[in-house]
Order: sequence, then structure tokens, then C-alpha cells
Amino acid sequence: MKIIYTLFLFLFVAYFANGQERFLTKTGTISFFSKSPLENIEAENSQVLSIVDAGSGQMAIAILMQSFLFEKALMQEHFNENYVESDIYPKATFKGNIIDFDKISATETPVKIVGEITIHGESQKITIEAIAKKTQVAVFMTGDFYINLADFAVDIPSIVRNKIAQKIKVSFRFNHKPYK
Amino acid sequence: MRNYILTVVVLLCSLQISAQDLLAILDKETPKSENIVTSTFKGTRIVNGHSIKNRKSKELEFIIAHRFGRVNTGFYELFGLDRANIRFAFEYGITDDLTAGLGRSSFEKTYDGYLKYALIKQKKGDHNFPFAVSLFGSVAAKSQKAVVGSERTFAESLYYVGQVLIAKKVNASFSFQITPTYVHRNLTAIPADPHDIFALGFGTRLKLNKRVSLNAEYYQQFDKLVSIAARNSLAFGVDIETGGHVFQIILSNAITMIEKSFITESTGNFFNGDIHLGFNLSRTF
Repeated sequence: MKIIYTLFLFLFVAYFANGQERFLTKTGTISFFSKSPLENIEAENSQVLSIVDAGSGQMAIAILMQSFLFEKALMQEHFNENYVESDIYPKATFKGNIIDFDKISATETPVKIVGEITIHGESQKITIEAIAKKTQVAVFMTGDFYINLADFAVDIPSIVRNKIAQKIKVSFRFNHKPYK
Repeated sequence: MRNYILTVVVLLCSLQISAQDLLAILDKETPKSENIVTSTFKGTRIVNGHSIKNRKSKELEFIIAHRFGRVNTGFYELFGLDRANIRFAFEYGITDDLTAGLGRSSFEKTYDGYLKYALIKQKKGDHNFPFAVSLFGSVAAKSQKAVVGSERTFAESLYYVGQVLIAKKVNASFSFQITPTYVHRNLTAIPADPHDIFALGFGTRLKLNKRVSLNAEYYQQFDKLVSIAARNSLAFGVDIETGGHVFQIILSNAITMIEKSFITESTGNFFNGDIHLGFNLSRTF
């Protein structure tokens, strides 16, 4: 019987250890920028969900592809229908670890995030350099990185090949608040 | 002993929060959203007739469409290429749901104006709705001079069309539309011709690959103009998407491109080779 109590105690402690230290945002921003001699393409999504577990330094991000807004409606339609195929792959996700999460202070601290990014059903290992700030009531992260379209099996037809860059710059900005 | 092992296992499991769990939390926290089905049709026309596709708000599109003569006129007419009916039009998105158009066809020097309104949208996910409904209304005015003896007033040159466009995207590669149509003409050529014609349109899009789709369209009339021995409209088209616009190549038994005309005034028999080659080109500003 004692064992059962011990078990419950551990579970209880674990629940608190985990549950109380998660930080979440539903209004994170991810934008991307494709630079080419013929055309610059830009899109922004400000409904990105991101969660950080302060206990373990783990992080997860979920991005609804249809929420990317483009300057031209036709670009947005092509993006969803032909490139990322958001009917079939509605979400892009990231899961990984923030290295040395404990060392993040209330002032801007450079950090590395290591994990796996999944776009268009294809997963790739990635290391992202970011700037982070942490207080009792918020975990803030911002940064940018490049992705290779070919790594995610996004097919660019020859007719628009010089309008779309092979390497896309992705920028993010998350202001996580405590999650209960 | 077994209990101790159990304790340790539970402890480890409970302390280890995997990132997969975090993704599950994000799934749970994703706001319920309206998922509007898009790209039911790629062009604002299926072939000749309108699809439920609207221009986006503040988007201005300039359209040049051609229908050449009949291919069965042979080599002397270069398979119809010597003749052409051309329609220029400006089409503008007043809002995302309301499009207005102004056009002019060389055939009978006809001006036309239309409004198209997206009433109901097909949705999936949390607020599922199985099909989309748009309303379409147009007025056409024939400006070609009448022959001496059969002069007409301006009112007698007018035609009206009302349509209900009911469309469904079944999956990524197949969409269809059913289009109940009403055409009214103020003046008929002979008393036996009906002023009002009801028709039912059927249109479909079959996606062949990411950028090419095959479209077909048929309008069944329930009353016909007897003076010209009108036939039902049948047309096939290929949509080719290039970066900035949709290019449509068309085979149709009608030489005209506006509703009052191709639905009720077609005389060609498609299967006898009375086929007009044509294309729709558009440029969005």
C-alpha cells in the first residue's frame, strides 16, 4: 500500500513539475521570404502555436499552412494547392530541444535549438540559432534560419524556377505565456 | 522488488515529457477554424460559363478571350482561324465575395455587365458544409445596327441572365457544378421564339496534374429559339496555370462567350465538327 502512495506522490510531483512550467503562445509569428532576381515572395502567419516546457527545455511548434498570408491571392492559392499541398499536409511542425535552457536570462541570450522540422510530410534535422529571454511570466524567442525546398520534396516547375528561390529564409517570433 | 521496479518505471515515465506530448497539447489548443474549400475551379469560367470562382477584393483582371470560326470550314478558312469573335473585359473584385465585370464582344457588337456573389461556401472541418452556392446576374446590350425595316429600341436590344451556381469540390482533382439558368430577351426574331428560356448547366473540372486540368461544360435548354434552330451548348477546355494567371484553351460549339448567347444561341453540332477553337487569357493587376 505504501508503494501505491509513493507512486501517487511521484505522479503528483511530476504533474506539478511539468504542468506548471509550460509556456504557450497561439499568436506566434512565422514569416518567410524568397528572394530571386525576378520576384520577391513574402508571406506571414501570425497564428502559429508554440509551446516550451521549462522543466526539460523541450519545444514544439505547429503551423497551419493555410494561415500564411501573401501579398497576392493567386500566390497564396498556388502555395497551398501546388507547393505545400495543404489539403494533404495541413500542418508543418517542429519538435526539439532548447540547449542550455536554464541559462536563458531576462536579457537577450543567444541559444541553440536542435530538433526536427516537418514540412510537406518530410522531416529534416535542423539546428536553429535564436535569441531568447526568460522571466517568470514569459519565454520570448526570435530568430531566423534557411530551409532548402528540395529537402521537403517541394517541386518547383521549370517555368517559375527563376521566380522562386531554392533557399527560403524563415523568421520567427514567439512570446510564450504561462500555460495551465 | 517488483513494486520498486514499477515505481522507478512510473517515475521515469512521468518525469519524461516527450516533445510528442507537447505537439499533442498544441493540437488540443488549435483554435477551431472555418476551413473554406478553395480552388474548386481555377478560372472564373469553367469553359464558357461562370464558375463559383470570384476575384479577390481589389483585384482587377483584364481578360481577352477569342473564339475562332468552325474548324470544319476547312483549309480555305484555315480551319476557322480567319474569323474570330473577341471579347475584352475588365473584371474587378469589389469584395472577396462580390465580383463585377464589364465586357464587349465583337459578335453583334455586344456590351455586357455582370455581378457575381458568393452566397455560401463549401467548408470542411469543424463547420462542415458540403457545397458552395453563388448567384450570378448579367445584362447584355446588342449595339450592332439593325437592317433597315427592323429597327429596334434600346430596350429591345437588352438581354438578362440569372444563374444559381451550385458547386462541389469532391476531392483535390475533381469538382463539379450544376447551374440552373434563366435567360430573358426583350425582343425575339419571330413570334414563335420564346422570350424566356430556362436551362440547366453541368460543368466539371478534372485535374490532370498540378498545373493542368480538363474542364467540360454542357447546358441543357428546356425551350429553344426555333428561328435559328438552336442547339445545346457543349464545350471542353484545358486550364493551364502559369505563375501569374490561368490560360484556357477551348473547344466549343458556340462562337460567343456571354451567357445569353452561348446558352441559347448556339447552332453548331459539336459532333459534326462545328467546333470553335478559342482561348481565355487573363492578366491580373
